Amino acid sequence: MVLSLKRFAHAGARRALGACTLSLALFAVLCPAAHALEPADVAPLAGDDFDAKSAAIDKLIATHDAASLALLKALAEDNVTATDSGEVLVQDADGQSAHDAATGKAVAANVATSAQPITLNNLQRSKVAGAVSGLQLDSPDLATRRAAIAALLKNPDPAMKPMIDAARAKETDPALKRRLDTLWAMTALHDPNAATRLEAAKLVAARHDLDMYELLRPLVAKNASGAWNEPDADVRAAAQQGIAALDAIQRRSEIAGTLFAGLSLGSVLLLAALGLAITYGLIGVINMAHGEFLMIGAYATYVVQTLVQRYAPGAFDWYPLFAIPASFVAAALVGAVIERLVIRHLYGRPLETLLTTFGISLILIQATRMIFGAQNVEVENPSWMSGGVTVMQNLILPYNRLAILAFSLIVVGIAWAVLTKTRLGLFVRAVTQNRRMAACVGVRTARVDAWAFAFGAGVAGLGGCALSQIGNVGPDLGQSYIIDSFMAVVLGGVGQIAGTVIGGFGLGLVSKAIEPFWGAVLAKIAVLVLIVLFIQKRPQGLFALKGRSAEA
Amino acid sequence: MTSATSTSTRHTLGAPHNPGERTETYALGLPARPALLSPRAWLALIVLILVIGVGVPLCALVLPQSSALHLSAYAMTLGGKLMCYAIAALALDLVWGYCGILSLGHGLFFALGGYAIGMYLMREIGHDGKYGSDLPDFMVFLDWHALPWYWQGTEHLWYALSLVVLVPAVVAWIFGFFTFRSRVKGVYLSIITQAMTFAAMLLFYRNETGFGGNNGFTDFKRIAGMPITHPGTRTVLFLLTFAVLVLAFLAARAIVTSKLGRVVTAVRDGETRLMFLGYSPLGYKLFVWTISAILCGIAGALYVPQVGIINPSEMSPGNSIEMAIWVAVGGRGTLIGPIIGAFAVNGAKSFFTAHFAEYWLFFLGLMFVLVPLLLPNGIMGLFELLKNRLTTRNPRP
Repeated sequence: MVLSLKRFAHAGARRALGACTLSLALFAVLCPAAHALEPADVAPLAGDDFDAKSAAIDKLIATHDAASLALLKALAEDNVTATDSGEVLVQDADGQSAHDAATGKAVAANVATSAQPITLNNLQRSKVAGAVSGLQLDSPDLATRRAAIAALLKNPDPAMKPMIDAARAKETDPALKRRLDTLWAMTALHDPNAATRLEAAKLVAARHDLDMYELLRPLVAKNASGAWNEPDADVRAAAQQGIAALDAIQRRSEIAGTLFAGLSLGSVLLLAALGLAITYGLIGVINMAHGEFLMIGAYATYVVQTLVQRYAPGAFDWYPLFAIPASFVAAALVGAVIERLVIRHLYGRPLETLLTTFGISLILIQATRMIFGAQNVEVENPSWMSGGVTVMQNLILPYNRLAILAFSLIVVGIAWAVLTKTRLGLFVRAVTQNRRMAACVGVRTARVDAWAFAFGAGVAGLGGCALSQIGNVGPDLGQSYIIDSFMAVVLGGVGQIAGTVIGGFGLGLVSKAIEPFWGAVLAKIAVLVLIVLFIQKRPQGLFALKGRSAEA
Repeated sequence: MTSATSTSTRHTLGAPHNPGERTETYALGLPARPALLSPRAWLALIVLILVIGVGVPLCALVLPQSSALHLSAYAMTLGGKLMCYAIAALALDLVWGYCGILSLGHGLFFALGGYAIGMYLMREIGHDGKYGSDLPDFMVFLDWHALPWYWQGTEHLWYALSLVVLVPAVVAWIFGFFTFRSRVKGVYLSIITQAMTFAAMLLFYRNETGFGGNNGFTDFKRIAGMPITHPGTRTVLFLLTFAVLVLAFLAARAIVTSKLGRVVTAVRDGETRLMFLGYSPLGYKLFVWTISAILCGIAGALYVPQVGIINPSEMSPGNSIEMAIWVAVGGRGTLIGPIIGAFAVNGAKSFFTAHFAEYWLFFLGLMFVLVPLLLPNGIMGLFELLKNRLTTRNPRP
């Protein structure tokens, strides 16, 4: 559509103007006399001269009666053929017989089958298609008229102006009349009468449709010789106003888009960082292998998806129902094993834990490479997650991003509930505050550590399941999120779920807000610098733990 | 602060055997300042210098290629590379082993030194590049018509060498000033240093930054007018690296045995306590941190002409963490340890990548896991354990 508008607005403007006046003249001469088609009018269609063909089509359009409408329809449907002797035939619906386009008489079967289809160029094709719609504007049927107007709005041809003028005068339905006004305005922007152009420009501007940029911009531009394309200052002013209004709309939708992109990135960071906040914040273990729990969750999703696809293709749309628990359990199991074998022996030695877990991440990455291959694997979205909801012009919110936003909030809710409403959560908080005291009153701290670590890993697995729906799933998946999720935790303050939520969303929003100006890489660097500066002011993050536990 | 390792024995490593010989002491009856090296260590060092200084040129340049003792270009490059890693490991050990700051961003300083000398090497290519232009090839490729301001003067070796020292020093000082001042420490600091090198890597990956983007610098032709692949040049670079390694070791030893070194160690073992005693740790930390960054930059500057390439992947966080494992394997808090560790780990890496490339990451990962668990003091700790077993019949439980 844009392409055709462009052609209409720029290159085709002069030609269109010519065609407009030509068809206007023909219209005036031929319209009153509704008669059958003259063979001479039709004959050029069979020839090789494209200019003559265009003229014949223009004439057909201008003729504006049932016979020419039928022929144009046949042309639009590629049902017009020509014999070697130059007779133009219209194929009947059965494909075997045909009749003469001018006279309507049936022709012999052997003539009908030997005739060759006539060829039209693209310009002529769109003209014919437009004309068919244009001629349908007269239709007594409301639905036909509505469809015709919609078709013309997509491809407004100035040559149609006479028909639109006529239709505007007759139309009674108010909704269709408004659309016709717009349509008329789009075809009338190059009318020789300045008052008409002004009215047209105002109508186009009032449409508030971003596609109208293409129509309005040429009006306020100068041509190669430095003169205004549009000689009338009032029309230019109206066009300028329209462009300003469109700019405002575009700005609004861009702001909304940035906001959504920021929230979406924030939800991803939140899912990645939440498990980290639990293991790091609550039990003081820095886990460089955290990103790999994301990866395990994503690969678990991949495995479930593949299994469902193979054994129960009918249930494919519901595979996330199995993938979510599978990714949680897979990551939590690996987390529990790692805690048991390694991390348990390193409590109280955070720097060593950091190096050790980095080693674990190397082993997990390499193991994944050897099991699933170094290439990315493909995780398909269920069908209900593809597509999106259009909230504004040029702003579509993809369903998968919306689903992840909702999912991340649910996961935060669950994590919060586990930590504040369950016995395990009570123990975890007790151990966080004062490990020795908790041990003294009978909390089995080692077991609590193990459960908390496995839970944090499982939450990361859930994050991986979500990430598999929007990004690539490969052995390096975790590496790309680990630093960002550390930053979210650092920003929010350790040991605080609320802090992580704010940290994640804040980081996402700030990154996306900077990105349009500086590009993704510089935005990332700027965010890192901002965080370093930020912890100058608040070394404990946004939400500092209060009291004695703060320095621990 | 992290692990109060048994440092008291370490500090007498290389101390005079007869304390009566030296009477000067610090106030409050602190033990005498240990000698820079014990006589035996001096002897060993001089022998080593002689062996390398005479043996390497002999084996590389004089002996014919057919000789079994001939040093191939590959072996020379590998050896030079390992020594550069050893210098970097020594630098990291200064901050981690002695000051308790685990930096996961030392790869940045290493790469900055490398890029500084790389700029000079790119300029030395002159008109021998693919495009035969005054500008380095990648700039021609990007359709740049003049050198950016920060490339000015890089055609002079002395200027590039001063950049090698100054750039890492300034970056480290600024970064250190802001983080140490707000008393960011421990794991927090490690993460921030990692973020720092990550951010720099992203920056250097951009073509617009002006350092060759993805490909970095390569295809060097000359250094100081000499063809860079010539065996003579390679030998000089090798010996230079060895000399820097020895000097760096002696300098580090001088620092850790000085009074300043004691305060730095105190920062590691009890920063809060040190502050109560009236010291401000900021200056000490900044000093060690900056010195360490400079050493790392010099290591990078020696590395680049020998391996012939520098690109942003040197700044990847993984590389910096690997440095930490060299130190951990060798034994942090000793000066010999990181050197041994760098040789051991990278030697193993060369072996694995040549023979079982797939399993290298498993092996590296296992080292990361097992060394802190089983060998918290690294190879040097193992030596000490063995020495204790041998000298005392009944080893302490």
